[in-house]
Order: sequence, then structure tokens, then C-alpha cells
Amino acid sequence: MEMRSVLVQKLKQIMDCNEKIVIINADLAKAAGLAEIISRFPKRCFNVGVAEQNMTGVAAGISSYGFVPLIFTFAPFATRRICDQLAVSVCYARQNVKVFGLDPGISAEYNGGTHMSFEDIGVLRSIPEFVIFEPCDTIQLEKSLDSVVNHNGAVYIRMFRKETPKIFCEDYDFDLFGSDLLKVGRDITIFCTGIMVEESLAAGKILENIGISAEIINIHTIKPIDKKTIINSAKKTKHIVTAENHNVFGGLFSAVSEVLSENYPVPIGAIGICDKFGQVGKMPFLKKYYKLTSEDIAKKAKEVLAR
Amino acid sequence: MEELLKLDEICKKVRRDIILQIGMLGVGHAGGSLSVVELLVVLYKKYMRVDPKNPKKAGRDRLFVSKGHSGPAVYAVLCDMGFFDHSWLETLNKPGTRLPSHCDMNLTPGIDMTTGSLGQGLSCAIGACLGSRLNEDHAKIYSILGDGELQEGQIWEAAMFASHQKLSNLMVFIDYNKAQIDGLVSDVCGIEPLALKWRAFGWDVLEVRDGNSCSEIDATISGAIKSEKPCAVILNTIKGFGVSFVEELEVENHSMYITNEQMKEAVKELGF
Repeated sequence: MEMRSVLVQKLKQIMDCNEKIVIINADLAKAAGLAEIISRFPKRCFNVGVAEQNMTGVAAGISSYGFVPLIFTFAPFATRRICDQLAVSVCYARQNVKVFGLDPGISAEYNGGTHMSFEDIGVLRSIPEFVIFEPCDTIQLEKSLDSVVNHNGAVYIRMFRKETPKIFCEDYDFDLFGSDLLKVGRDITIFCTGIMVEESLAAGKILENIGISAEIINIHTIKPIDKKTIINSAKKTKHIVTAENHNVFGGLFSAVSEVLSENYPVPIGAIGICDKFGQVGKMPFLKKYYKLTSEDIAKKAKEVLAR
Repeated sequence: MEELLKLDEICKKVRRDIILQIGMLGVGHAGGSLSVVELLVVLYKKYMRVDPKNPKKAGRDRLFVSKGHSGPAVYAVLCDMGFFDHSWLETLNKPGTRLPSHCDMNLTPGIDMTTGSLGQGLSCAIGACLGSRLNEDHAKIYSILGDGELQEGQIWEAAMFASHQKLSNLMVFIDYNKAQIDGLVSDVCGIEPLALKWRAFGWDVLEVRDGNSCSEIDATISGAIKSEKPCAVILNTIKGFGVSFVEELEVENHSMYITNEQMKEAVKELGF
């Protein structure tokens, strides 16, 4: 099942129970799969057209009226395009807006460089109190949405729209301000997020085959980050790799490095976009081009261990 | 007539309080605060259903001051309405103040939206109109825009969406004082034909010949209130109106220094 289908099913339940939830999108209702929601809740769904800045202000205004707006567009337009509106009308004004940024990083695929957000986490991470969350599979998305909607404040949901590999089981327990220990290890920790969770798990197997025990932790919430888990895992393995579908400047590598440099400095290697722009292509090609594959992660782990 | 005379008296008091706020600090946005005094006084005294004892009251009318740098004018009127004590006015922009230069809904009772980054307030007002429609509370939503602010693209995104949504509970005022930081609006980046622009975006448009006249503003609002479309009211105002030394500075009065002597002189000029 696609991520957007799970999103819509869960949103239907949430909106049935909570009449304060409204949906605003900027001409991407079809892309986000929102048609069913719009036909079920026509009065609570608004399409502002191709006008993301206005969408954000409208969201802030309806939030000031006591509603909880969920806004939808592609990740770059949900972040860099509306950075000032998010900073002032939403966050500084303390409005309760949930921002869905669709198809982040290389998952923009054939939309190419203009749509390939390698900077969205960095843009938002410097705005105070913004919660930045990236679900990695349908179960995590489904389990997270109540917490996301109930959190009183701005949340960015960095969301791939389509099918993902299954990472979690049905009995998974979600904590918006926690992280997920996916594999226990002793030699090195791989902190990963989004589509890089699958690659990191595969890298763990490659490393296991050569006698390296990797701990793998999904950092689903990049801000506020789960400092305690990061520090404790670093104390145990003393070697770190981060893996993200984002520029290594400003994203997960930066966030993990900030925590550890202040609390428990250890060698850290970064897998991510090394300060490059995006381009058109399918994900397997892009993963190879930007060195985001499981082999790249395993190689980086060996480099860090050799330091 | 008696009522209008009373409003004129309140305007003088509000002007005095603007000058005192900025004068006691020594610097501030005098020009664009003085130009909207009559509008704010007419709105709050005659039209807006608000409760100073319960500033967040559900279903109240709301004002989105998109030109957030007019804070000192809004504070003077809110103070006169009883939203907070007169002593607060001495704290404008001082450490720990609840009256910052630009309007902040989380600091000042009676402020309905945080503004200051120009171009954003109209979209927020539209969000409130939609909220009011969903709640069926029949609130009237007002917004004040600067003329230079109309150079922001987001204003026109919002204007298009408001008419598409047929927001008849939205009334927007344009403080057309013809000046912005770097000079005359017509020299920096002209916005004419202004009325035609708003009409082309699907709005009813009304013009107030003298935007610093309470009676003209009152007559226009009372006519516009029945509009079935969003309504834009263009107020031909004078930046710095009512205080000679500010008004005489023309395009230099956007943000300006005020000495103790000038402050005293202005208070005297206003009849206090």
C-alpha cells in the first residue's frame, strides 16, 4: 500500500472524530491522494491554487480561529518557498499548523532538480520549536498521525508518497519524541531516517557478514532529536554513521554531530547528499549517483571504524 | 454630529499617545502609525464587536493589521478601549515589553495576529474568514494593508483566493499614504491603477477621498458592510497626519527619531 493511501485512510478516521481538522493544499490534492477526503469533508477542505505562501498564511489564520490545518505540497515548496511564512505567521505566532512536504530529496525522481529538496530539513531546523518528522513506512505513518495532529505546535511531516518496504510490525509503539532501535549492535551505530532506513538495514547485513556488529536506529524525529538514545548508543559503539536523503549540511548528520560534539565526541561518517543539486532519475540510479546505497553505508562504516 | 466630534477628540488622544510611546523611546514608526488613526478609532469605536475584558472571546470581530509596524497606533486605540493600562504605553520596545514595534498576538491583549513581515496578514485574515464560516459565528474580519506592502506577491495570491471563496465577511483597508521607506510609492514601484487592480481580482472597491476623516470613513464602512464580495477600501491618507513636524518630513517619517522637545511640542499642538 502506498504511503498516501494509508495517510488518507487514517485522516478519514481522525477527521470523523475531530471536526477542527481542516485540509489546505496548493493544487496538489490529486498528487497527495486527497480526493476521497475532499468528497467526504468538502467544507473542511480548501485548495488555494498554486500559491503556497497564501496557503501558509490562510493556515495560520484558521489556526488562530481554533482549527488545526494540515497543509500539503511538495517538500521544497512546503519549506524553502514558504520559509518566512512558516517562521513568522506560523511558528513565531505560535500557530498549530501541520506541514506535509511530499516526496523529499531523491524521491522527487522525474521532477528533477527543481523539486528535489536536499535542504528542507536544514531550512526548518533553524526555526524555533518546529518539530521535524520523517516516517519511513506505512505502519509508522499510520501510528504517528494521532500524535502529530495532537501535538500543539508546528510539525513538518517529510513524507514519501508511494510504496515503501515494510520496516515495522503491527504491534509497533510510536513516540513522536523518541527514536526506533531497529537492530542492536556493538561496533558502530548507523543513525538513519526516511528512505535510508531500508538501505541502512541492508548495510547492517553486509557488515554482519564481515564480522562487524552494527546498531541501527531510525531517527524519525530530527527535531527535537532523541539526544539520550544518540548519546547512549555512541557510548556503547563509539563509532557513528548517519544516513539521510538530504544534504549532509543541515540535516541528520548535522543534528547528530551537534549532539555528540557537545556530549560525547566520537568519529562520525556522513552518508547523504554531499552539497549537490538534484537531477532527474529513478531512485535506484539516484541512490548510486549520490552514494546512498547500502554498499556506500557499509563502506563508510568501515572507514569510520578504521579511524 | 456629536458622535463624530467625540471620535475626533479620541483621535487627538490617540495621536498624543502615539507620540508619547515613540517619543519616550526616541525612535519609531511615526508616519504610518499616524496615518491610520481615524480608521482604527472608527473601527473600534463604531464597528468591531470586541470585549476588552475578554480579548479572546469566541465569535468576536477581528482585525489583522498586516502593516504590523503600525503597532503604536493600534496600542493607543486598544489602550483607550480598555484592553490594558495606560502605563503600558511607556514600555514600547523596551526590554520585556508587551508592546513590541510590530504587532504580536501572544504579547498584547486585543491583537488578533502577529504581523510585521509584510504581505502576510491578508492571508491570515482569510484563514479567519474561513474559520468564521465553519463556526457560523457571523464575525466580521478586517485587515489593514500598507500601500508599499501591496508590492508583496502574497497579497495578490490572497486577493485572488478571497474572491474565489466569496468572502463577504472580509473588509480590507489600504492605507494609501503614498510613501514607503525609500520614497514615494510611485517612484519606488508604482501600484496604480489601484482600484482597478482590486476590481480585476473580483473585489468590491470603495475609495475614501479623505482617509483621515472619521465621518468619511464611517460613511464608507456603513455602505460597504452589506457587500456580498470581499471589499477593499482605499483610504487616501497622509503619512504623519496631525503632527506637524512628522507630517513635514514626508517620505522621511517612516521610522524616525523624536526628541523630548519635539514630543512636548506635539502634545501641545494636539491640545493637551
